[in-house]
Amino acid sequence: MTGEMIAFFILALAAIAGGVLMINLSNVVHMVVALVFTFLAIAGIYITLSAEFVAAVQVLIYSGAITIIMLFGIMLTRHERDTASKMPRMTVLLSGAGVALFFLIMFFGINRLSLGSPAADLHIENTKKIGVELYSKYIIPFELTSVLLLVALVGAIVLAKRDEEKEAEK
Amino acid sequence: MNSIPLSVYLVLALILFCIGLFGALTKRNAVIVLISIELMLNAVNINLVAFAKYGAKPGLTGQIFSLFTITVAAAEAAVGLAILMALYRNRKTVNVDEMDIMKR
Repeated sequence: MTGEMIAFFILALAAIAGGVLMINLSNVVHMVVALVFTFLAIAGIYITLSAEFVAAVQVLIYSGAITIIMLFGIMLTRHERDTASKMPRMTVLLSGAGVALFFLIMFFGINRLSLGSPAADLHIENTKKIGVELYSKYIIPFELTSVLLLVALVGAIVLAKRDEEKEAEK
Repeated sequence: MNSIPLSVYLVLALILFCIGLFGALTKRNAVIVLISIELMLNAVNINLVAFAKYGAKPGLTGQIFSLFTITVAAAEAAVGLAILMALYRNRKTVNVDEMDIMKR
């Protein structure tokens, strides 16, 4: 039992516990806070996989930006507190059975999977190497990503903007 | 060092994916459905980073792809939430089973 294994099991337990809490809690804000634990634990798992830069991005984007944007979405809409926030029982049972079947099939597929020896040099100057790769080999996807972000920004503003002309007509 | 096998990471990602899938299928609140989808994308990212270290050809490509996935997921969350806001203004509901305008 090495230290790496202990760290991995604690992080994995935290991630799964956050997910299960998210499923079982009833208050919407509590659900999002439970998911923050999962996102932070996943950042830790990235570190055990020697991906420090991805871990930093995970903390910034997921546990920072996406959590805040989801909290805004919750605050700006009204939620009934105590009414049953679940689907009908049949839907829950059917989707639970389907997910369980998917889990079993995938589990038997990947349980004994092993592909060669792990890379040993990924953690050396990780961020620098990612930057060099992004600006040389992956320059076109990188620039396309900026276009995608611009489109998403404009699209989100247009969609969420109050339509004043139509409201004036009413 | 490196005593953790690849399959343990894959099983962890599978469990998180299944939790996200179950949440996306059974929750009525559209915000929670969006968050469950984010959880599923996170599970995929774990797979990408795990294969970047333990795959047949280890390298940085998996990590870079996971960065792209995170970017696209952030854009998707923003647009999804904007659609939700527009829908809430028109219908005064965020429950997915009441969003049936296109079915009627």
